[in-house]
Amino acid sequence: MTDSKYFTTTKKGEIFELKAELNSDKKEKKKEAVKKVIASMTVGKDVSALFPDVVNCMQTDNLELKKLVYLYLMNYAKSQPDMAIMAVNTFVKDCEDPNPLIRALAVRTMGCIRVDKITEYLCEPLRKCLKDEDPYVRKTAAVCVAKLHDINAQLVEDQGFLDTLKDLISDSNPMVVANAVAALSEIAESHPNSNLLDLNPQTINKLLTALNECTEWGQIFILDCLANYTPRDDRESQSICERVTPRLSHANSAVVLSAVKVLMKFMEMLPKDLDYYGTLLKKLAPPLVTLLSAEPELQYVALRNINLIVQRRPEILKHEMKVFFVKYNDPIYVKLEKLDIMIRLASQANIAQVLAELKEYATEVDVDFVRKAVRAIGRCAIKVEQSAERCVSTLLDLIQTKVNYVVQEAIVVIKDIFRKYPNKYESVIATLCENLDSLDEPEARAAMIWIVGEYAERIDNADELLESFLEGFHDESTQVQLQLLTAIVKLFLKKPTETQELVQQVLSLATQDSDNPDLRDRGYIYWRLLSTDPVAAKEVVLAEKPLISEETDLIEPTLLEELICHIGTLASVYHKPPSAFVEGSRGVQHKRITGSVGSGESESPDTGSAAGASEAPPAVIPSQGDLLGDLLNLDLTPPATTGPPPPTSGMQMGAMDLLGGGLDSLLGGDLGGSSAMGAGFGAPTPAAMPASFNAPVSGGLDDLFDLGGGVGIPTGVNSAPKTVWLPAMKAKGLEITGTFARRAGIIQMEMTLNNKAMSIMTDFAIQFNRNSFGLAPAGPLQILTPLGPNQSIEVALPLSTVGPVMKMEPLNNLQVAVKNNIDVFYFSCQYPINMLFVEDGKMERQVFLATWKDIPNDNESQFQIKDCHLNSDAASNKLQGSNIFTIAKRTVEGQDMLYQSMKLSNGIWVLAELRVQAGNPNYTVSLKCRAPEVSQCVFQTYEAALKN
Amino acid sequence: MIGGLFIYNHKGEVLISRVYRDDIGRNAVDAFRVNVIHARQQVRSPVTNIARTSFFHVKRSNIWLAAVTKQNVNAAMVFEFLYKMCDVMTAYFGKISEENIKNNFVLIYELLDEILDFGYPQNSETGALKTFITQQGIKGQHQTKEEQSQITSQVTGQIGWRREGIKYRRNELFLDVLESVNLLMSPQGQVLSAHVSGRVVMKSYLSGMPECKFGMNDKIVIDKQGKGGASDDAGKSSGKQSIAIDDCTFHQCVRLSKFDSERSISFIPPDGEYELMRYRTTKDIILPFRVIPLVREVGRTKLEVKVVIKSNFKPSLLAQKIEVRIPTPLNTSGVQVICMKGKAKYKASENAIVWKIKRMAGMKESQISAEIELLPTNDKKKWARPPISMNFEVPFAPSGLKVRYLKVFESKLNYSDHDVIKWVRYIGRSGIYETRC
Repeated sequence: MTDSKYFTTTKKGEIFELKAELNSDKKEKKKEAVKKVIASMTVGKDVSALFPDVVNCMQTDNLELKKLVYLYLMNYAKSQPDMAIMAVNTFVKDCEDPNPLIRALAVRTMGCIRVDKITEYLCEPLRKCLKDEDPYVRKTAAVCVAKLHDINAQLVEDQGFLDTLKDLISDSNPMVVANAVAALSEIAESHPNSNLLDLNPQTINKLLTALNECTEWGQIFILDCLANYTPRDDRESQSICERVTPRLSHANSAVVLSAVKVLMKFMEMLPKDLDYYGTLLKKLAPPLVTLLSAEPELQYVALRNINLIVQRRPEILKHEMKVFFVKYNDPIYVKLEKLDIMIRLASQANIAQVLAELKEYATEVDVDFVRKAVRAIGRCAIKVEQSAERCVSTLLDLIQTKVNYVVQEAIVVIKDIFRKYPNKYESVIATLCENLDSLDEPEARAAMIWIVGEYAERIDNADELLESFLEGFHDESTQVQLQLLTAIVKLFLKKPTETQELVQQVLSLATQDSDNPDLRDRGYIYWRLLSTDPVAAKEVVLAEKPLISEETDLIEPTLLEELICHIGTLASVYHKPPSAFVEGSRGVQHKRITGSVGSGESESPDTGSAAGASEAPPAVIPSQGDLLGDLLNLDLTPPATTGPPPPTSGMQMGAMDLLGGGLDSLLGGDLGGSSAMGAGFGAPTPAAMPASFNAPVSGGLDDLFDLGGGVGIPTGVNSAPKTVWLPAMKAKGLEITGTFARRAGIIQMEMTLNNKAMSIMTDFAIQFNRNSFGLAPAGPLQILTPLGPNQSIEVALPLSTVGPVMKMEPLNNLQVAVKNNIDVFYFSCQYPINMLFVEDGKMERQVFLATWKDIPNDNESQFQIKDCHLNSDAASNKLQGSNIFTIAKRTVEGQDMLYQSMKLSNGIWVLAELRVQAGNPNYTVSLKCRAPEVSQCVFQTYEAALKN
Repeated sequence: MIGGLFIYNHKGEVLISRVYRDDIGRNAVDAFRVNVIHARQQVRSPVTNIARTSFFHVKRSNIWLAAVTKQNVNAAMVFEFLYKMCDVMTAYFGKISEENIKNNFVLIYELLDEILDFGYPQNSETGALKTFITQQGIKGQHQTKEEQSQITSQVTGQIGWRREGIKYRRNELFLDVLESVNLLMSPQGQVLSAHVSGRVVMKSYLSGMPECKFGMNDKIVIDKQGKGGASDDAGKSSGKQSIAIDDCTFHQCVRLSKFDSERSISFIPPDGEYELMRYRTTKDIILPFRVIPLVREVGRTKLEVKVVIKSNFKPSLLAQKIEVRIPTPLNTSGVQVICMKGKAKYKASENAIVWKIKRMAGMKESQISAEIELLPTNDKKKWARPPISMNFEVPFAPSGLKVRYLKVFESKLNYSDHDVIKWVRYIGRSGIYETRC
């Protein structure tokens, strides 16, 4: 009775001694030795060297010794496969033993030895054991099939064990049924599409019968398996529910939770007006409450699951608030979970009780718990409007305690309350300001700064307060920096006279001294806004904020549905789908509730609103406003993007335009100046238009500009005719022809998409590879309607030049990927480089001369243009259409020399000398540029422009 | 399913290690030790995920039991299994301690082999296990064929918790109704929450395979009977005859479908002691004691505490083992206590004044007053004032539950319900019985 002595042998030469003992003649000594070996194995010592000696002890009548040897075998057989074979004979012999316990022991152990050669020998004994007369052997053999499948799935299928296993579902013994169900469920998980667990009303009936008779564990296996079944109609669903409900009174919590899972799932099938539906809802509450009197670990599992159930069906537990009150001695993990559920259940009816409890909790010891309690008070205020006032006063009481983390947490939630109920509780600001110094966490500091900025007009010393934060600007976290920037701008807009210095200080800190792109961008936007149009700035920065939502931490509906199907399991504890923590293919099937009634309910509100938004014509100006609003609004709510989120390059484009002076017109500044018109109009308009209108409208714009330009200078660059970029053959029926054009300063890619396939095409999207001039789509491809067979659509995609850059060969090559619902297609095309010539490419004379001299002669290249019959003035006019500007003209010996300049979108200047001799159809162009690579392309432009 | 099972001592040394699945390696043993047992902070969850491996643990005194898996197992089942394993071990060798585990490690391995197969829990009823897993391993050889098949049919059978052929000279059974009253009361005497969680524990020494039927004053049953025929006026006039049970759960021997349809509790009991049912009530609870606290802070260095307890049950009954625990602040330097009854002591190590009274009759009142002197501290945080808690034991069921009958039928043997000697006892204990102050 003192086996503990085996743990203490740590002498040297121990293995040697053990070897001798194992080979001893005396049975008792042998057994002692094996025990020592097992003890060493347990503590992690390597005793594999004793393998042959231990296996020699296997043939014994002593059951205890046999079990020990088997235990050893299971541990080391894998490392000594050849010697493990020595054991096979004994196993096979034991499988024939008259004693069922020994037969079962042999088949059980054999399945645990993961050596290929042994598994071969296992098949025959296993087949016999599956049909053994003794149920104990059969139930063990059933599990052994699962073991074998884990080692060699193919073998199990080939040997037909799966069919035998299926037959066991009809076995007379309930435990055999339960183990067969468990084994089949596991095997089925690795064959998601096989119809292995062929669940039909007959088998379901068998399972439900076995459910009443088998052990508690067997009941769990069967219930978990039942949960995967989809009843054919509501009547079947109800009858299964009726037979499962008695399990809710089982003493084993796992049986109860698995029954709850089946009921929660099958309930979806029941019509809601059915009496039984209401009865069932009522029956679910008491067992869930009872789970809370289990041991703490089980309580934790139960609470995590109740959290899901409450989100899915709040009505079940709405009257049971009290049972979730935290007990002083609850372990911390139970406390935190209870608190979560309390907030979910809080309603007008019980809010008084809840608040009283939360106030108690806020004085407890555990920091995390206290924080969560304080936060919960804020959430109650936001959820139940009637309680807001009491919540605020409770929070103020808590702030008076001066406990550092309580104060900080309180300030964070008060900020939310301000957002939810503007202009109601601002009287407390003074109290908050008193605690400014004690805030050392970024979130609390950011919240406080937001409050000061938002209510700057009511706080006399707002500038001093903010200034004090500014001192350590660079040491603050980004969250605080962004908040501080916004708050000071708000302050400036409210009290412009006193705070000019402050705002300049923060702007320069943000834009010049910071490495953070978010901060810098926001700084630049404000700077630009403030310097161009303070009125507009006010409208943007002090805009009304969208309301914040009541419920937080809600699990996304599809995930919630999946988790409901996993009630009781680890997935429901982690609140993550199994694929997030299970390796390989096992158990990662996505389970979904199939409900006839629940579908309307389960539809997420998000998709509804998103669909609505994408139907409406996405007006750019308001959505830009939203974008700004979001930038300014604390980033509390996820940005309300309308339609598909624009790619990043598009965002950058927007920002560029804002900075480039376009903002004035966007925000209704001084619209009208023709120069501003060009820039301001450009970017947004084409993106804003539904694609189908796009081409004609932009054509119209061109006209407009032709007229408005007045001076006879065409503002738009005439585009080349469309060429086929992507033949239908290569793209499963999608044909794309296209060309590039520069219209009103905007580069456009004009495409005709032609559906030559038999099916409808939707979900178009476009992306560019990196290219020489950083061309990138300025917005998503706007094709809102599906493209039917034999239909075509014209699209104009505005491009920006701020995308990633990579030198291409040839320089103007562009690789494009177009995606639709069918596939992704790739093609490449070449754009005329004059698309990139910007409108302000006219150089000053003096600068031209200096630059011409400055560029080394090596960089000069000459080209001949043949067969051109224009005079020099006409040529100059034509070239100006491509934004090639003539700076000076000189006539030497009847030869006209035109000095010209052009500027590429990336800032490269190209200087040119065009020699035109009257009567000679051959022109000579000399190009000088710091980047001589572009010359060839520019020459092509000359040729195209002059010959066109 | 469960991939492996480890038992550690408080230092994190492995005492038992049994791996069931190939995906669990030896390093899992160390991962749990390093990340949970040796973790600096308090355990924040009984389920831990380390490198895609999930660990479930429970602690019994200073022994850690951990189940390991890499799959999406039924978490509730794993914990139920761990508790069950503790029960089985306790039934075999008593308290779960490092010494006992080391002394019985061979037995534990044998049990683990039997009750968990490839990570699937199998029959784990001690009654059944003890018939074939014994510490005398030789027994297997001396069994007759009949005995062997009897064992296997019991382990796998419908009545896995009882073996056939049990014989007693004297058929006897004991029923204990054990209740714990839980209360949370506000300082003003308002009941914030109160419930009774009760257990009916049965000790049966009955021959054969007796069929039992248990009846109590369940409101639903009584009302149904009242409606069904000659109404029992006597029952109604005597007031609180029946009680509303919020929920109840049963030992696996009880036929649940019969309870669901007829609300009758029928079963074939295991031999010896087991828990027949658990239940919970929240309505019309008799709160045996009322605590009236009065805490006054006199300046910053002194607290005056006065606590009155009132007993609220029949004067003829006696409550026992009464203990009132009054928490004191951490910076307490000295305490002076005066109490009229029992003994009171300040226990510095527990930060509380513990007041013990051996016996107290119903409808009485007793009082304690204390002066607590405090050391001045810089700690800004106020004392959290934990609630005053109470322990006691009373000889009645605070929920009002009454056992109406327990009938025993054994048709094959020649004894009837009248021959069985039955004992019923009610004990009400305090659960978490707290009054905030």
